[in-house]
Amino acid sequence: MALLEINGLSVSYPGRKGEFIAVDHADVTIEPGQIVGVVGESGAGKSTIGNAIMGLLEPPGQISTGSITLKGARIDALDADAMRGLRGRDISIIMQDPLTALNPLYTVERQLVETIEFHSKLSENAGRQKAIELLDAVGIPDPSVRIKHYPHQFSGGMRQRVVIALALSTEPSLIIADEPTTALDVSIQAQILDLIKGLVRERQVGVMLITHDMGVIAETTDHVVVMKDGVIVEQGLTPQVLGSPSHPYSRGLIASVPRADVRVHRFASLQAGGKGGSSLPKIDVATHWIGQVGAQNETTSDAPVVEVRNLDVKFQTVRSLLPSKRRYMTAANKVSFGIKPGEVFGIVGESGSGKSTVAKVIAGLLEPSSGHVLLDGRDLSAPRDEVERQVQRQAIQMVFQDPYSSLNPRMRVRDIVAEPILLHNLATSKDEVESIVTDLLGLVGLPKEAGERYPHAFSGGQRQRISIARALATRPRFLICDEPTSALDVSIQAQVLNLLKDLQETLDLTMLFISHDLPVMRQMCDRIGVMYHGTMVELAETEKLFTQPQHEHTQTLMSLMPKLDILSSEGVEVAA
Amino acid sequence: MLKTCASASVLMIPSSCSTSTSSLALGVYTALRRKGFVATTIMTASLIGVSLPTFLIGITLIWIFAVELQWLPSNGRGEVIDLGGWTTGFLTDSGRASLILPAITLGLYQLTLIMRLVRSEMLEVLRTDYIKFARARGLPARAVNFGHALKNTLIPVITITGLQLGSIVAFAIITETVFQWPGVGLMFINAINFVDIPVMATYLMLIAVFFVLVNLIVDLLYFAVDPRLRVERAPGK
Amino acid sequence: MSDETLGSGQSSVPQSSARQTANDTGEVIRSEPATALARFFDSDIWYSFTRSPVTIVAALLVLIILVASAFAPWLSPQDPFNPATLNLLDGFTPPMEANQFTGSVYWLGTDDQGRDIFSTILYGSRISLFVGVSAVLLAMIIGIVLGLVAGYRGGWADTIIMRIADVQLTFPSILIALLVFGIVRGIVPPDMRNDVAIWILIVSIALSDWVQYARTVRGATLVERNKEYVQAARVIGVKPFPIMMKHVLPNVMGPVLVIATIGLALAIIAEATLSFLGVGMPKTTPSLGTLINTGQDFLFSGEWWILLFPALTLLILALSVNLLGDWLRDALNPKLR
Repeated sequence: MALLEINGLSVSYPGRKGEFIAVDHADVTIEPGQIVGVVGESGAGKSTIGNAIMGLLEPPGQISTGSITLKGARIDALDADAMRGLRGRDISIIMQDPLTALNPLYTVERQLVETIEFHSKLSENAGRQKAIELLDAVGIPDPSVRIKHYPHQFSGGMRQRVVIALALSTEPSLIIADEPTTALDVSIQAQILDLIKGLVRERQVGVMLITHDMGVIAETTDHVVVMKDGVIVEQGLTPQVLGSPSHPYSRGLIASVPRADVRVHRFASLQAGGKGGSSLPKIDVATHWIGQVGAQNETTSDAPVVEVRNLDVKFQTVRSLLPSKRRYMTAANKVSFGIKPGEVFGIVGESGSGKSTVAKVIAGLLEPSSGHVLLDGRDLSAPRDEVERQVQRQAIQMVFQDPYSSLNPRMRVRDIVAEPILLHNLATSKDEVESIVTDLLGLVGLPKEAGERYPHAFSGGQRQRISIARALATRPRFLICDEPTSALDVSIQAQVLNLLKDLQETLDLTMLFISHDLPVMRQMCDRIGVMYHGTMVELAETEKLFTQPQHEHTQTLMSLMPKLDILSSEGVEVAA
Repeated sequence: MLKTCASASVLMIPSSCSTSTSSLALGVYTALRRKGFVATTIMTASLIGVSLPTFLIGITLIWIFAVELQWLPSNGRGEVIDLGGWTTGFLTDSGRASLILPAITLGLYQLTLIMRLVRSEMLEVLRTDYIKFARARGLPARAVNFGHALKNTLIPVITITGLQLGSIVAFAIITETVFQWPGVGLMFINAINFVDIPVMATYLMLIAVFFVLVNLIVDLLYFAVDPRLRVERAPGK
Repeated sequence: MSDETLGSGQSSVPQSSARQTANDTGEVIRSEPATALARFFDSDIWYSFTRSPVTIVAALLVLIILVASAFAPWLSPQDPFNPATLNLLDGFTPPMEANQFTGSVYWLGTDDQGRDIFSTILYGSRISLFVGVSAVLLAMIIGIVLGLVAGYRGGWADTIIMRIADVQLTFPSILIALLVFGIVRGIVPPDMRNDVAIWILIVSIALSDWVQYARTVRGATLVERNKEYVQAARVIGVKPFPIMMKHVLPNVMGPVLVIATIGLALAIIAEATLSFLGVGMPKTTPSLGTLINTGQDFLFSGEWWILLFPALTLLILALSVNLLGDWLRDALNPKLR
């Protein structure tokens, strides 16, 4: 008998503009000891299935049809008390963000022992003993000491281990893990996934693993369910679905996952009818406004456009009037590199490695503690006059990470894109500004009407296109992309990366590309610098870095990349 | 000056004690039974409470209990007993009777304000991940609501309650005016009307000392409730 | 410091969108009405307004009181502050009853001077509302400017402004208002005190209330300042002042509007309280608080209407504004619903 059986489950949210169907007739089965992955892009309804099983749908969501059966008993129509009895005892969850999943005011011990005592009726001492064993099982060193600590005394990865211990403390038969590693660094992500895998085998627990990440699916799950817009389009054994997907959507989804092993020419497009070739409108760069980059363009030589010399950035972490009591954190330590004209230079590293700090210093958002940033050989921190400062501003632009906060929600898209043009007096008349804005929007693949709308009318990928259009509006020569696609779904990521590639070639841009995602870096960059704890530990040509990593940390990063060998390579165009 | 202060403190202590406890209980109740009939009624009533200026509450009470029903005295302190410099009305019937109306007046506004604050903070906390996780572990509602949620609610509530203790002083001014209670507040109002700077300054000094004390207590309470302030970051981070 | 947060934590409740148009990226742009007015009527805020009968009633009451007090000279049966129109014999006429000497009938009765209570309430609300609205506007301006500067500039400016705010916050606002009032009265020569009373009142209430706005704006500014659109503006080369005005300010106005609405109720109550304490509006140009103060004297002698009607007006006004503020807060913060 299956552990969990979901038959024809539909979840709907009645709203004022009609009913929204979040999940449409889904069938899923989970066996004991099995990890079933539910994969899909945002809005696919994968989290909703998890919440429906737990009976924790956010109002006004409701199960409209179908049944959920756990160990042979219907659980979808239970009343609140019966459901509460079921939660914990039979079903547990692992939450996404370990920083918010634990009550900050109680020790780990109190939270664990309370849960164990309630479910297993053990004495307090026995409960504490069991809690310590659990912490040991999830790999927390010194469990008898650490158990006395409060959540804020643990690091993110450790906290996620505590969360897993809490989820296991009730000895459930089913665990729902909703993006359990999304908030974690790659190295910790691998550890946590291994931990879950091991514990599941050992304790014969069924797991529903909800994620957007194909790598996680490929490495962890036995069975995979692919969802799109609330509908399950395909499911089956993981190697089979990933290796030879039958539904066009899964095929496209898998094809757009960046590969670390090969360099592709272009990412496969998910759209039916897929515009495989260049989707850029024909703008003659030589004659168009965007190509007239003024006289300061001295790209004839091979001298670096941007050069960073001995960059140090320190943040004061403890403020004090007395210099001796101040504490500093070093975000960047003696970082040096140069970026040649037309080159795409990448910086890769985990969170806290200082890669964004370097980008911010170059963009002028942060003052370095010491060291220099040079643009065309001139020090950025010492412009001779206001005119030069403005010229520098114009030459360096940036595309940001979070599409939901990088556009001012109170401005029309037209005004957002026009702002830099007006600020730097790059057009002679209102009409010209308007036509430039229209062309820029067209260049990034948005229709003219988009200009009249406010940002909230656009999806994440479209917003990122607007961000790019705004960055291009100063006619920059140097573009910084700080994790430009890490907040996007994989198919949208493919589109935006394709767009960046096209623009880079068409406009002959020099680029600094920052990411934590090595496969993406391999596709985008000519040279890559690896940062670790504020220091650039390795700098090499992309192909060389991937084939012969020199530094220990680079090798670790390489080994932690998800193994995507089982993924189908249909639709992936390998670069010549 | 000292004498008037003492009589003001007689007024403040009973009202603030009763206020804090009952407002906490009501706030938690209305947050947990958000859609219930009783909770909705309490919330509506509390909005009237917030919209009613203290002096109107006082006048209304006088009207009902002193003018119409004639149960309680409308003004003054009644008979007082001098306990070595501290005169108190607690020990006589008429003293206690004249305490009731001003104390209710003082308490009512505080009650509604803190109750509404507790409710909104509680609702905020009930939406957090750790509460959802506690529920998902199958902990009983009582443990989740009172064990986990309430303590987290207390942190912001302590701040505002501390500040509200301060505002009791201000409302004492008003209540004293309404009930013709011979406290410092009344003295202060007269000082303002006659632009009597020394009296104003002295009053301010006293108030300032009081506020420093209240803030100190609030900080100590913080320390007791929130472990993040107590423990230095452990190694292993 | 953390470099990135992955695309996480999006709400699990999806937004439904009815009408959609496709564009050439294959994605869709949500369509929306073109004009600002149409957008307003399409908005969730308007929708939640039409679904809340209590809020509609409150809005209507506020509107009625606003219009009535704005047109007081045309709506009121008499000018209660022109001694020529008053008849002392009309004094103490109960509501809806004929006066025993003159036979005149007044809706809400008259006071000791023979003033029509209805007219005094219209004029009184006019003053109360004027003081309330002006005080809120002044407090808002002071609070927004200081909050923006503190939040955006940070550093010593932030430290100084917020330290002052913290200290003031521990003092009850009515006490601050009393203090400012006392000090300003000390400065103004005695014979001018009544004429400038209304301005002193506005300033003292505003000065007692700006902290609310400053703290809210600062908090919101700190959040907005770190958002990427502000960084983008800096990278483009926009100067700090235009960034504050054009980018940050419009995005922090939501919470400011909520506290301004609730603040209006508080300011009206504060004005009434000060006037009631006898330190606000003089008896010659009474506000609602002054009227209540006058009415209290007649409570024991049985002329209840002199007190009751101004008090009721004050209560209805404050309650309606509070209801509006409550609704606005929930409507702008849908997660609390």
